[in-house]
Amino acid sequence: MTETNELIRLSAAKLAEKLAAGEVTSVEVTQAYLARIAEVDGGERGVNAFLHVNAEEALAVAAEVDAIRAAGGAEAEALHVLAGVPIAVKDLIVTIGQPTTAGSKILEGWHSPYDATVVERLRAAKMPILGKTNLDEFAMGSSTEHSAYGPTRNPWDLDRIPGGSGGGSAAAVAAFEAPLALGTDTGGSIRQPGAVTGTVGVKPTYGSVSRYGAIAMASSLDQIGPVTRTVMDSALLHQVIGGHDPRDSTSLPDPLADLVAAAKTGNVDGMRIGIIKELHGEGYQAGVENRFNESLELLKEAGAEIVEVSCPNFQYALGAYYLIMPSEASSNLAKFDGVRYGLRVLPEEGPMTIERVMGATRAAGFGDEVKRRIILGTYALSAGYYDAYYGSAQKVRTLVQRDFDAAFTVADVLISPTAPTTAFRLGEKLDDPLAMYLNDVATIPANLAGVPGLSLPGGLADEDGLPVGIQLLAPAREDARLYRVGAVLESLLEAKWGGPLLAQAPELAAAAAGPVDTLVGSQEAK
Amino acid sequence: MNTEAILSFEEAMEKYDPVLGFEVHVELNTKTKMFSSAPNVFGDEPNTNVNEVDLGMPGVLPVVNKTAVESSIKIGLALNCKIAESCRFARKNYFYPDTPKNFQTSQYDEPIAYDGYLDIELSDGTVFRVEIERAHMEEDAGKLTHMGGATGRIHGADFSLVDYNRAGVPLVEIVTKPIEGAGSRAPELAKAYVAAVREIVKNLGVSDAKMERGNVRCDANVSLRPHGRERFGIRSETKNVNSLRAVEHAVRYEIQRHAAVLDAGNPVVQETRHWHEDTRTTTSGRPKSDADDYRYFPEPDLVPVVASREWVEELRATLPEPPAARRKRLQADWGYSDLEFRDVVNAGVMDEIEETIAAGASASVARKWWMGEIVGRAKNADVDPGQLGVQPATIVELARMVEEGKINNKMATEVLDGVLAGEGTPAEIVEKRGLAVVSDDGPLLEAIDAALAAQPGVADKIRGGKVQAVGAIVGGVMKATRGQADAARVRELILEKLGVTA
Repeated sequence: MTETNELIRLSAAKLAEKLAAGEVTSVEVTQAYLARIAEVDGGERGVNAFLHVNAEEALAVAAEVDAIRAAGGAEAEALHVLAGVPIAVKDLIVTIGQPTTAGSKILEGWHSPYDATVVERLRAAKMPILGKTNLDEFAMGSSTEHSAYGPTRNPWDLDRIPGGSGGGSAAAVAAFEAPLALGTDTGGSIRQPGAVTGTVGVKPTYGSVSRYGAIAMASSLDQIGPVTRTVMDSALLHQVIGGHDPRDSTSLPDPLADLVAAAKTGNVDGMRIGIIKELHGEGYQAGVENRFNESLELLKEAGAEIVEVSCPNFQYALGAYYLIMPSEASSNLAKFDGVRYGLRVLPEEGPMTIERVMGATRAAGFGDEVKRRIILGTYALSAGYYDAYYGSAQKVRTLVQRDFDAAFTVADVLISPTAPTTAFRLGEKLDDPLAMYLNDVATIPANLAGVPGLSLPGGLADEDGLPVGIQLLAPAREDARLYRVGAVLESLLEAKWGGPLLAQAPELAAAAAGPVDTLVGSQEAK
Repeated sequence: MNTEAILSFEEAMEKYDPVLGFEVHVELNTKTKMFSSAPNVFGDEPNTNVNEVDLGMPGVLPVVNKTAVESSIKIGLALNCKIAESCRFARKNYFYPDTPKNFQTSQYDEPIAYDGYLDIELSDGTVFRVEIERAHMEEDAGKLTHMGGATGRIHGADFSLVDYNRAGVPLVEIVTKPIEGAGSRAPELAKAYVAAVREIVKNLGVSDAKMERGNVRCDANVSLRPHGRERFGIRSETKNVNSLRAVEHAVRYEIQRHAAVLDAGNPVVQETRHWHEDTRTTTSGRPKSDADDYRYFPEPDLVPVVASREWVEELRATLPEPPAARRKRLQADWGYSDLEFRDVVNAGVMDEIEETIAAGASASVARKWWMGEIVGRAKNADVDPGQLGVQPATIVELARMVEEGKINNKMATEVLDGVLAGEGTPAEIVEKRGLAVVSDDGPLLEAIDAALAAQPGVADKIRGGKVQAVGAIVGGVMKATRGQADAARVRELILEKLGVTA
């Protein structure tokens, strides 16, 4: 048990080393994680990070990797560095052989006939997929409370939110239910959960990771990225999933610079790190601000030049985001109508016309937050309002991009707190959508501009002892800079803490209730 | 069913001036669909040519078909349009089960081709210029079949079947500017315009261009205004008029119907109309206002289509000779009169005659066979002349046998029937059926004597100098020899016998 406990706490990079050295098998690693999931995920006070656990397939892949390693030779040599390292996948990303719900009732029981490109790449790297993680319905939310399958709990405090929309992936990694996970980030859905769970999350440059197979919320903002416990692990995973995909027109043609090498650089000599004036201070929790300043000091001591930049249009970013995102979402979610797949609800009375079946299906299948955004978006795109809303928002988007362009002429990397607060309590902001939306104020500009962002743990807030996230931002296609600076800051902080921040997280009690595969949303294939 | 009043066309024309507008949808014959790698094939089992993209599965993304863009640029160039250096797709949002995503990916404010024209030649040779507003790319919707109702329309149907094979098929929609000044020739112009567009896309090889299969579909807009008034009247849009004849009839009918509505002092309703081929009338469809809100916005899943000038010029260099220029050239080469040539064009055998001449026939022989024999047979068989399967070489061989006197024209047509019946080559059929011109004068002279004896009056006329009367005697001889005689030789022998020189 102790051995298992140690195994699941290793970083993916360390696991990969041990697997390659034959010190541990992939089946052992995969079983250890499956056991951890069974132990802490289910039940009334369970983390509820997983909507579906994919034990059989994961173990089969693990056994395959072990067999290849045991046989040796060219095939073993050719194994990917992460071969045999398990991973969890946000349930917004489609997978053959497992249900994909997007956290919504409208896709309950639906099985994709195809794999997302990133899933194909995980399979090609022979990484066992542990299961599908919980999320706000269609990734709409900052707390994972909008999941139709119940909220995920923050492993640091089970009464608090794990962030959102990718709370499931972040909590799974933070609770040692998986060494790695995939998330999607439209306005902060990878980085903000990373911040509040003490994990690392990266939103790559828009177009550097294929979106094919990620159920779209806002096509021009969505990006798949890594959720891990270390910066190096994110670099390793980013390299597995990144690269051009002919099935995604917005996919960048050229590969990014070597991210793993960047994470190994080990210094920030001469780098100019810009504090964004508009993204800290007023409105930011004191403990968040303290940890942020501490990180600045560490970077300065390490030889970085700290500069201050102003991005005056960032104040309009949230408003623009809440016009562009719902506009695109209202159109992207139109396909969920009960005609071809997923839930179909017939009207209780009256004529059985197609309009009424579509209406009844969508009324029953979508939750309130999804409906709210569909209505907002439909309104913003309507004739007579388009220019004032969608049109103006696109102009703001251009201005935000220009702010970034200007900032990157004086700074190589920008820095801010990832979220203005630590994890809030479950239910605290459920009735106040605006307060909820404000939690993404620091993450949204990167999505509007398409630039990459990384959140890493910056310590615990003094007032509540909960994790604080530090966000690094780089120019488009310069994701490598995030890994270089992130890895350096991480090692300085860990030296200060005497180990990873997650080592300070409270021990989770074994869940009272039964096995995880009875969770809602884990139906068997039909 | 249809009880709407109409005015006579002549009366409508006396009072009103028609303004037309066309939206012609051309289905491109690319190997795959507009945004997916599923095959673009007509007539397969329903829902077999689809993949996750065509079905609008969660998570899918579109990718633009480069060949479709090329075809669209070619169409734009053939329509004398400007080609946009960069253009975007947009989403047209509406809920309908034939559209798997509940939006259609189309071009809205940034068409790939714009500001063109097409010169249309009317039957009397008048050239009428139709201005092209735009030609834009979009995807087709699936095909709905409404079951259980009497009308085949959605209202009254018990249920509907959807075939998504057509969903995502690449379309180019060609939109004209308002066409003014056609007057009473509006119906003719309508037909000629659609025929010209069809010919262009067929000639370019970018579409199969079969109207009966929906490869080319026409929505015809018609409005009337009193003579002398500049402002347009309210228009109706007759949807999916899918034959050239129907286009002419639909425009004509709508002009007559609008005239009656206006005459009664009523406003024309802005709406779509359904065309009924059986009654040659239209009925009301759905109201169509300019304010229909499709919530267009730029398709965020696609990057702009960039057509570099080099690429456009490369494509321009590959364009075939424009149909009008080709027609002019062929008519001059063949030496046909305007009337002869127009008949050839209208019969749809211009390509076939060109091939027959290329195979070695003279222009007049090719015309004689196609127009005189094959077109009629095609009409009886209710197929296009080209579909009968007559090879140019067959006609060349028949013509040569006639010329060499081996068989006469009557026999040659008999041989053609044999070829069409699959009995073999002309030579084999001549052999098998024992067809050969009787060239021994002996039996002919006997038959001539008999024919002259049977019609003594005619013989006298010929002797008296009415040489043209000889036809009656030739006919008698041909009848007696069951067509096996060489008519020219018979004529010679008769005149010789009667001592008359032709």
